[in-house]
Amino acid sequence: MSNLMLAGVLLMLLALAYQLGLTRSRKLTTDLSGQKVRLHSRPVYHGALVAFWTVVPAFGVFLLWRFIQPGVINQMIIAQLPEAIMAGMTDSDMRVFLRRITHLSSGFGLSDQPQPHELQAAELLSVLQVRGHALMLALMASLAAAGLYFSWQQIHPDLRARNQMERVVKVALIACSSVAILTTIGIVLSMFGEAMRFFAFVNPMDFFFGTTWNPRFQTAGTEGQTGFGMLPLLWGTVMIALIALLVAIPVGLMAAIYMSEYAPSRVRSVAKPIIEVLAGIPTIVYGFFALITVGPFLSSFGATFGLDIRATSALTAGVVMGIMIIPFISSLSDDIITQVPRSLRDGSLGLGATQSETIRKVVLPAALPGIVGAILLAASRAIGETMIVVLAAGNSPVLTANPFEAVSTMTVTIVNQLTGDLDFASPQSLVAFALGLTLFVITLLLNVIALVIVRKYREQYE
Amino acid sequence: MKISTVNPQDKTALAQQRDLMQQRVAQSLAKRHAKEKRFKLTGQLAVGTALAFVAILFISIFSKGLPAFWQATLTLDIYFDPDIILIDEKPVQAAGESDATFQERYQAWQMDLAFINFNGLILNALAEVIPEAAAHPRDAMRLVTSGERIALRNLVEEDPSIIGSRKRLNLLADANVDVWIKGNIDRDLADSRQQLSARTRGWVDQLVEQGVIKNRFSTALFMNADSRSSLASAGLAGAFMGSLMMMLIVMFLAVPLGVASAIYLEEFAPKNKLTDLIEVNINNLAAVPSIVFGLLGASVFILWFKLPLSAPVVGGLVLSLMTLPTVIIATRSTLKAIPPSIRSAALGIGASKVQSVFHHVLPLAIPGILTGSILGIAQALGETAPLLLIGMSSFVASVPSSPFDQSTALPVQIYLWQGNELRNFFEARTSAAIIVLLTMMISLNALAIWLRRHFENRW
Amino acid sequence: MKTVKLSSERLGVSNKQPSGKIKMSARDVKVFYGESEALHGIDMDIYENEVIAFIGPSGCGKSTFLRCLNRMNDTIDVAKVTGQVLLDEQDIYDPSLDVVQLRARVGMVFQKPNPFPKSIYENIAYGPRLHGLVETRREMDEVVESSLRRAGLWEEVKDRLDAPGTGLSGGQQQRLCIARAIAVSPEVILMDEPCSALDPIATSIIEELIDELKGSYTLVIVTHNMQQAARVSDKTAFFHLGNLIELNKTDEIFTNPQDKKTEDYITGRFG
Repeated sequence: MSNLMLAGVLLMLLALAYQLGLTRSRKLTTDLSGQKVRLHSRPVYHGALVAFWTVVPAFGVFLLWRFIQPGVINQMIIAQLPEAIMAGMTDSDMRVFLRRITHLSSGFGLSDQPQPHELQAAELLSVLQVRGHALMLALMASLAAAGLYFSWQQIHPDLRARNQMERVVKVALIACSSVAILTTIGIVLSMFGEAMRFFAFVNPMDFFFGTTWNPRFQTAGTEGQTGFGMLPLLWGTVMIALIALLVAIPVGLMAAIYMSEYAPSRVRSVAKPIIEVLAGIPTIVYGFFALITVGPFLSSFGATFGLDIRATSALTAGVVMGIMIIPFISSLSDDIITQVPRSLRDGSLGLGATQSETIRKVVLPAALPGIVGAILLAASRAIGETMIVVLAAGNSPVLTANPFEAVSTMTVTIVNQLTGDLDFASPQSLVAFALGLTLFVITLLLNVIALVIVRKYREQYE
Repeated sequence: MKISTVNPQDKTALAQQRDLMQQRVAQSLAKRHAKEKRFKLTGQLAVGTALAFVAILFISIFSKGLPAFWQATLTLDIYFDPDIILIDEKPVQAAGESDATFQERYQAWQMDLAFINFNGLILNALAEVIPEAAAHPRDAMRLVTSGERIALRNLVEEDPSIIGSRKRLNLLADANVDVWIKGNIDRDLADSRQQLSARTRGWVDQLVEQGVIKNRFSTALFMNADSRSSLASAGLAGAFMGSLMMMLIVMFLAVPLGVASAIYLEEFAPKNKLTDLIEVNINNLAAVPSIVFGLLGASVFILWFKLPLSAPVVGGLVLSLMTLPTVIIATRSTLKAIPPSIRSAALGIGASKVQSVFHHVLPLAIPGILTGSILGIAQALGETAPLLLIGMSSFVASVPSSPFDQSTALPVQIYLWQGNELRNFFEARTSAAIIVLLTMMISLNALAIWLRRHFENRW
Repeated sequence: MKTVKLSSERLGVSNKQPSGKIKMSARDVKVFYGESEALHGIDMDIYENEVIAFIGPSGCGKSTFLRCLNRMNDTIDVAKVTGQVLLDEQDIYDPSLDVVQLRARVGMVFQKPNPFPKSIYENIAYGPRLHGLVETRREMDEVVESSLRRAGLWEEVKDRLDAPGTGLSGGQQQRLCIARAIAVSPEVILMDEPCSALDPIATSIIEELIDELKGSYTLVIVTHNMQQAARVSDKTAFFHLGNLIELNKTDEIFTNPQDKKTEDYITGRFG
């Protein structure tokens, strides 16, 4: 039975069980003598409960079976392989063998002639698959039947079907909200695990404090040239983020001040969404923009002043990233400035301060914590940004203080180390996870600090 | 005179002091008003700068990308010459013949077809408009992009009765021809640095004059998958399909999960340290760099669950996890905005908590939830970095037919194209791809804004 | 509803004061919020160094009128003021008059104490520093001390001038705001329900302070508390639905109101 058919059958079963529960509970509303009986729960809940017990356990079996069956069958096939063949097989041979017999049994055929033991195994595989499938169907059918029968039997005017259904709903909701937590745990565990594997190859001290980045495969004659020192990458990341903030803070903050304090509402209603468009543009587009427009412009602009600016440089990436984070700073600051109570403004204006004096001396100092939080959030965004730097930073992992030079960042390196052939056994690939973990910790710290500051700030004026 | 030491009861001293004060205030005025003006001007300048950035970005992309939607195309009379297309009848499945044997026969026929020199048809057609083309087949074949012979083959395969007839067809010109006639290469460059030979360049100009080569709207951009051998026919169809599949996965995974979590956290969860932690966790998850989700996908989905590389299913899962916090946060703020009176009213007439939420609160929240979800999906649509880490940056020349097939995505296609060596062709084509992507994102955002305006509840 | 409009002549007659010099006067002042008219043409004279209280039910326009006197309504986008307000016979809505200068002369204290989130010292020093009134730190110290003394706050805060102003109690905060206004030596101080957010003890301290300031400053106080008006003011103006109904000596108004509405309000029949 194909999955689609199975799904169809399950759906039909669902409808059927629901109807059965509904009808039976409806019948119960009048007892044998024709008297009206009050049900604890409305018939729909009885129907839903029956449907739930009929379909959900069976579906659970399906999922579980899907997950377990291939492994079990593989084990059974390997178990019956002749000793002589088993002896010569490495792990990767085994993987190839399993893939080959899968192809054989599914009728795709192989490009070369199959070995006799492969044919035999393939046959066994098909047999086992058919049997397994049949077993699963039988189990599902009996579970569904049992669920249907017992829950249908249970229907009674006093049955608290609604409460039971609501408990089911609540459990489902809790399961859904645990996904977000699981994601965090998954991020931490997976990165931590792979990073640990990396640190088995490379001393953590060399990684965190090394100043050479040159993760080449070690072959004869190149010993001592490999380096897994993260500092050049960290410095590149920080330098680009700083340039971005240098662009974004003045523009974003002043724009926020103008929008919230001066701009007539008509200007505000037009300009604000347009600036926020900048936040919605995919970063790959910024990267391309940096590569073909900003980079060459900065380069020729520098040339007129006798400066040697490379088209792909820390400056190019930083400036474009700054453009990207302007809306983060401007919208967040705008919110925060608007939250400063009117009474403070009135107090200052009432003393004869001009509007700009009020803003500079009263509003901004009052809003400062919130603005700092906004800037930290933007900084975290800049540090974790990938595509702009991949395209525009020039990918040159050297420690340089010159923003006109090409640099590399942690995110760029993660991409470089993990594209192409994925070989999760070498430090060259695994280093990406160590970098990712570092990046995660840095951005997490920035975010937590920023969120705490902003939250404190909000509470102050609530 | 010191200003603070006067006795407030001494009327004359007080008056003198006030006069002095007024003088000093008056003295300060000009400077302060100038400062005020400067400050305001700085604000205007900042807003102007931000707006200018938006304008420059869009102008630069659109001015580069729009011409790429029209591509150099030759209109030629192709004669499907039976002397060149020497092939048996197209096999038909005979009654009683098994699928396998028919398939075998059909494949053999296809193989024969593949060996036919379709370039010869093109060359003959070219010779009709440029007589000397026949003598220089190599130069002549540089005019038409190599993928077009496949197009001719497909025509024959579809309907063999076409053999022997003449047909007026639009054939895509080679990428270099497109670059040449659009002026994207310096016409005065030395011969050795030109991509096309002097003879071919001459022909191109001649054909443009004759009206054989025209810029026509490029359907290839939308109908074809990516291509490396025939650059002019590289299109977005594969990437579009990949993105579509991933967005569907995000829609059916992240949205229900996110809405359900938000409902639990906002309506049912007890307010304690644990839910506080969950809240902080979700806020942080929303700010985790996207590339970290890519690492998660690489290690969990690819390494542990052994899901295929480059598959939309993995991309969809990764993007779903990334979008989840956005949906949760949007839904929670929508639920928060619904006044408690609605809940009290439902509870007051005897509804259970679950009933009050699902029958009364949730329907009111739907517009807000939809808006948030659409914005989340739009954001996921433009995401590139995590997809690179799960192998989606590999070259895929076919349109995926299932979420388990190899595929790219629109933003990844942009990444791949911007790195193509034929810069002066792909700069424009990449910009065109960006225009397509931006159009999709802007439409999604516009939809969200429309929903918000249309169903906005004011309490 | 048409109410009796008091002409300035009549006011002049009924408010005859021997040494009185008119400090501020309003002529047909109307305020519009968008389309709706909130004040329907107010005429009033305020004499130098007297305390005048505005009373009336909430929404009667007394605060709106108060805010016209130092152009605080300018900060509300939709508000529009017509008519004339004169300060020492000069129209304060005249474009040639600088609003900064005006507000330095006509200070304001608000309903809710609104100290800046700065130190006590900096709160007081804010105005003098803005206007460039002092040149040295010493001078500033003196201004701060004398302002705090006049506001009766010095003894309570002299040891903690660096503490944040927001850390003081409500009554102290309000006195800090008064001291902040005094620091620029204004001629007129407008107080918009200065005690409404305070407890009775803090209120009585502020009322004593108002009494002490009387004579050196012209004080205009909006209050919803009739007893307060009776206790602190020389004159009382009764506003109703955007009209000035009656303006007279405080004891006159409370003992012998001329208008039926004033009487009804004072005797607690509405409001």
